[in-house]
Amino acid sequence: MAEEVQTHAAHHEAPSGWVRKYVFSTDHKVIGIQYYMLALFSVLVGVGLSVLIRLNLAWPGTEISILGTLFPEGAPGGIMTPEFYLAMLTMHGTIMVFFVLTTAPQGGFGNYFLPIQIGADDMAFPILNMLSFWVTFLALAVIMAAFFVEGGAPISGWTAYPPLSALGEIAGPGLGTGQSLWVVSIALFCVASLLGALNFITTTIDMRAKGLTMMRLPLTVWGWFVTAILGLLAFGVLLSAGVLLLLDRWAGTSFFIPGGLVVSDQAIDHTGGSPLLWQHLFWFFGHPEVYIAILPGMGAVSHILATFARKPVFGYNAMAFAIIAIGAVSFIVWGHHMFLSGMSPYTAIVFSLTTTAVAVPSAIKTFNWLGTLWGGRIQLTTAMLYALGFVSLFVSGGVTGLFLNQPAVDVYLHDTYFVVGHFHMIMGVAAIFGIFAATYYWFSKMFGRHLNEFWGKVHFWITFVGVYCIFMPMHNLGIGGQPRRYAELTAFDFLQPLVSLQQFISIAAFITAAAQIIFVANFVYSLFKGRVAEMNPWRATTIEWEVPSPPPHDNFGGKFPVVYRGPYEYSVPGAEEDFVPQTAPDARGSTG
Amino acid sequence: MILAVTIWLITIVSTVLMVGKYWWFPEVASAHGGDLDRQFMLTLVVTGVVFILAQVGLGYAVARYRDGAGKVANYTHGSEKLEVIWTVATTVVFFAMVIPGQSIWADLYLAETPEDALRIEVTGQQFAWNIRYPGPDGEFGRLAPDLIDDEGGNPLGLDLSDTAAQDDLVLPIMAIPLGKPIELLLRSKDVTHAFSVRELRVKQDLVPGLLIPIQFTATRTGRFEIACAELCGLQHYNMRSFLEVLSEADFAQWLKDQAEE
Repeated sequence: MAEEVQTHAAHHEAPSGWVRKYVFSTDHKVIGIQYYMLALFSVLVGVGLSVLIRLNLAWPGTEISILGTLFPEGAPGGIMTPEFYLAMLTMHGTIMVFFVLTTAPQGGFGNYFLPIQIGADDMAFPILNMLSFWVTFLALAVIMAAFFVEGGAPISGWTAYPPLSALGEIAGPGLGTGQSLWVVSIALFCVASLLGALNFITTTIDMRAKGLTMMRLPLTVWGWFVTAILGLLAFGVLLSAGVLLLLDRWAGTSFFIPGGLVVSDQAIDHTGGSPLLWQHLFWFFGHPEVYIAILPGMGAVSHILATFARKPVFGYNAMAFAIIAIGAVSFIVWGHHMFLSGMSPYTAIVFSLTTTAVAVPSAIKTFNWLGTLWGGRIQLTTAMLYALGFVSLFVSGGVTGLFLNQPAVDVYLHDTYFVVGHFHMIMGVAAIFGIFAATYYWFSKMFGRHLNEFWGKVHFWITFVGVYCIFMPMHNLGIGGQPRRYAELTAFDFLQPLVSLQQFISIAAFITAAAQIIFVANFVYSLFKGRVAEMNPWRATTIEWEVPSPPPHDNFGGKFPVVYRGPYEYSVPGAEEDFVPQTAPDARGSTG
Repeated sequence: MILAVTIWLITIVSTVLMVGKYWWFPEVASAHGGDLDRQFMLTLVVTGVVFILAQVGLGYAVARYRDGAGKVANYTHGSEKLEVIWTVATTVVFFAMVIPGQSIWADLYLAETPEDALRIEVTGQQFAWNIRYPGPDGEFGRLAPDLIDDEGGNPLGLDLSDTAAQDDLVLPIMAIPLGKPIELLLRSKDVTHAFSVRELRVKQDLVPGLLIPIQFTATRTGRFEIACAELCGLQHYNMRSFLEVLSEADFAQWLKDQAEE
């Protein structure tokens, strides 16, 4: 590796105290691992909740005595109550979207690898970075507290539509203290994400190594960079919406509560607000949020496909521009969540067309992933399996978007399980597959030891088949008309033919959830006993593979790398090896 | 090869689930519903082709280009020609599918309501439907929120000092005449609900503070379930009523019977 000592490259020592080193650390790598662990904890909670959700959906009213012991209020006598179901559903969605899909890809892997991949010794604002993590941690603690307060967790769903979310306990259980904690937690999360976004953007623009032009960035960095821009523009809006909702709840304002409401025979003392205002603010954040969850995954998958197909990314420029295009268009599509909300039906047509436009760069990415594989020399590591699984799921979850973007078709499918299947497929499991691919790929760099490949593959096979068994049939439930967020399917005749399919989905969900134990066991075991990793086990080209595993405190020992070429020079004819590192001055890849 | 076969199997099963129609739409019962179903089927065919080609291609690439002795990867950075072709092709196909479908939405939501439409008001509340017919005078009477009394039998707060209100009929269930344009006026007393009837292919949020009109015409008789489709609280899953489509004569009789009760 070529190194060059630059004047501003002050080598800094790692802090010596345990607290400064592992708890209140300003090292982007430690913070990245902290974010990852926070997401890992959250995903276990989120999956646990989904097991309860699936249990109640398929077999409502069944007495399960252990539930009565664990949740004496939520499941008295072992039978889940509808409010318990809705609380689980709200918390599942909130925890998964915010504390898993937003934190792991960006706060976790982005924090750890963005500085290294661009040849920087840390983020631009290390203290802000530390603050960003700890505010996220606080947000998680606040939302977890909602489980334990009187009335329990809120039942208004992860979208928290007012007036339901604004009126307090009169509108339902969990809508008192639980809902307040929810709003406070989300507001805190927004603050943390804004701090993180500033950091990512500044670092990418300002701290790239010599020779690392924007069009030489690994596609992972493009993913994180554009995600940070989306976060900067989107989280501020959700933050203000959250503050307004709190004011409605605590200060008697009426931003979201119209006049003349009567709830349970009681007149509500508010006047003049608009429930649709919340929906506009929420989805102005909420749609870019979908891409905040998936763009880093797209970056990682491009990165991993190139590594294990031993080929340059097909259409690098198109891939980078597609990320930018998706990010830009994502800000003018939010109304497709609101076709039936009562907003002007003329705007529905505009939002329908902008949403169709976002399908084009998504298709471009898929074509280029196939192009990257075509003519390659594919090595099926666990990371590669997950990356390939991502592509498959991205297609499956993407095409159904072309139903829901059409307001006429959405009249029938809106708020049915078709939507649940669609978004779980794409922003749920496709994004999770991105996280898994990245984990199996980068674990060795982060912890100096490999994850076990055999158990990784077992984990992949069960999960890959499992998620299809869970989420594909949901589209059929939606076509059958099954509405979302029903605690039980008992009240309607038309739901009865769908129960058997719900039961199949639940069984698939239990097996898939159980398979995640394999992952956790592999993760914990490999941390301590895994095969020791060399510097560049995958024979990859980007800068993170030119530093030790794990890298030293300042990544490069005070000497910054210099970049000579694009990120994915695999199988270059005439080169000594089948990869030429970005930092090799000689085109033949000689590092001497 | 196992991965390729698995991806292909998943593709086949997914396709069979859609083509076999084991869990499918109920038979349509409204004038616009046929167009809506056709647009759905068109979209299913187009996206189905995309889905199958992409998954089959993915499986093929994995099987065909698996690492092996003596294999060399093709060193290429892409092809501008291909990028242009698939960008233009997807743009054309997607927009050609989506743009014509907008006319169905326009017919449903942007068209003028016919003069002779029967107007029925639907008011949602936790967790019940209140269906109001204007009575023989054809006018809805005044509502006063402070008169609302669920237990006293005045869930809408109907102000009987208004003469137009005296013949208004407030019911927990709905009936409509076959073949006559219907305009529903949707409102909510408390939180956001959504009115949905599968067979009619009708769904619309009821938003507190707004009066939202929707229109449709029923094309077959039958008794359909009205379901709430927007999370409204604890008993959301239980917020059910019925909509009966009757012949014009039966409907007139039904209305008379209800008024007498």
